[in-house]
Amino acid sequence: MGSLLASRAAVWDAFTTTLFLAVTAGVLALLVGTLLAAMRVSPYAPLRTVATVYTEFLRNTPLTIVFFFFVFVTPSMGFTFAYKVAAVIALTCYTSAFVAEAVRSGINSVAVGQAEAARSLGMSFGQNLAIVVLPQAFRTAIPPLISVLIALVKNTSVAGAFSVLELFALSKRLTNAHSSDVIAILVGIALCYLVICIPLGRLAAALERKAAFAR
Amino acid sequence: MRAAGRAYGRAMTQTTSASRSESGTAPPLVTMREVQKHFGDLHVLRDIDLEVDAGEVVVVLGPSGSGKSTLCRTINRLETIDSGDITIDGSPLPASGPGLARLRAEVGMVFQSFNLFAHKSVLDNVTVAPIKVKRMPRREAEELGMRLLERVGVADQAQKLPAQLSGGQQQRVAIARSLAMQPKLMLFDEPTSALDPEMINEVIEVMTDLAREGMTMIAVTHEMGFARRTADRVVFMDAGRILEVAPPDRFFTAPESERAKDFLSKILHH
Ligand SMILES: Nc1ncnc2c1ncn2[C@@H]1O[C@H](COP(=O)(O)OP(=O)(O)O)[C@@H](O)[C@H]1O
Ligand SMILES: [Mg+2]
Repeated sequence: MGSLLASRAAVWDAFTTTLFLAVTAGVLALLVGTLLAAMRVSPYAPLRTVATVYTEFLRNTPLTIVFFFFVFVTPSMGFTFAYKVAAVIALTCYTSAFVAEAVRSGINSVAVGQAEAARSLGMSFGQNLAIVVLPQAFRTAIPPLISVLIALVKNTSVAGAFSVLELFALSKRLTNAHSSDVIAILVGIALCYLVICIPLGRLAAALERKAAFAR
Repeated sequence: MRAAGRAYGRAMTQTTSASRSESGTAPPLVTMREVQKHFGDLHVLRDIDLEVDAGEVVVVLGPSGSGKSTLCRTINRLETIDSGDITIDGSPLPASGPGLARLRAEVGMVFQSFNLFAHKSVLDNVTVAPIKVKRMPRREAEELGMRLLERVGVADQAQKLPAQLSGGQQQRVAIARSLAMQPKLMLFDEPTSALDPEMINEVIEVMTDLAREGMTMIAVTHEMGFARRTADRVVFMDAGRILEVAPPDRFFTAPESERAKDFLSKILHH
């Protein structure tokens, strides 16, 4: 415990880095994933195909490979990103596929009559989605989406292997430097992750309760 | 709009049958010509020819699975057709895009299962399409919405969610929601079939008022009383075909086809 307290400035930096990765990639993945889900139900076949291929591909690729791609492969194609930026891009690409699936299952849970009523009133596809279908889809999608976001928080640790000094990378450094204090360090770092994940779980519960009232 | 519509509409309904046969100058509001529709191998609409004049009330009858819902749904293109033409007020139904959306906005549709937007208040259900599709200012839309809710007798429920209303109330809200777009035509697909018996009349009354005010209507319904009293014509369908078109008194007293006789004996003696 002593070594953790001694390096609390470094822990705080690593914690904010983890939080930055999770929040930035989380927000971006929610946006991109929702767009992908919308593409998958759109009336235009090419959009559906692109979204399906993207989602299936990224869902079934190990996250480390996605990181590898943005850290080592894209520079050879002329796109070099700072490590943190590469990490955000990799996490966003990977997580957006899971968001897309969660939102799509939410969309499928909305009764078809809802979209038909919207169409019969003259709404466009975009209005139908934005006004009628997605608000209802998100209600069912909240529990799986929160799971996706919690997984994202933990997945930020992969960035540690790609030169981003976040919590996991810091824990390796600290345990190497203070081998007698390994357990305390690991427990302390794990607590830092909990500090991010537990409020997410709470948020899920609150949102679900709210959605249940509104139904 | 309402008063004018009513006067105009009354005149229309009262003279419908006469003007249909005599003058025939005004073009029909809905024209279906040689419409064919398949679901896979199933031929659900066969050689459908139908014209509906402005102000006319057409009731569609027929056994379950005969294609009544599909007929309604092709008219606002919730279902595509394989061949033939459908025109609304002279314009052919566009395949997709803003033209189709505009046309749909002119055709109201009331579903068996109400399909009110579950996450929106009753008033929002009625105002959302005028605001988003017609770009009507919110205040104006809300005034219109409250007037329509009053007209169908559910103004006191305006702030509730649909699930808090009875089936009959929900269906009346659904009618108000369609009317808010000021449609030229209303389609009803078994609007009372999902309702408990004691709620059927409140919906039928709203439909009857609407017909009296001159709204053009195509209604699939098993409410024979409504068909007898309110319809200008009855269309009888069986196995995807229109077998008979007749004024209700003639259809109910002297149906021509065996299928219609059979259908009526089942409906009237159950
Ligand atoms: N989306 C669909 N896919 C396949 N078959 C359908 C579909 N909708 C309706 N049908 C079939 O088409 C026929 C006519 O259906 P419908 O128009 O709903 O009849 P009705 O409203 O007169 O009961 C029925 O046999 C029905 O099973
Ligand atoms: Mg039907």
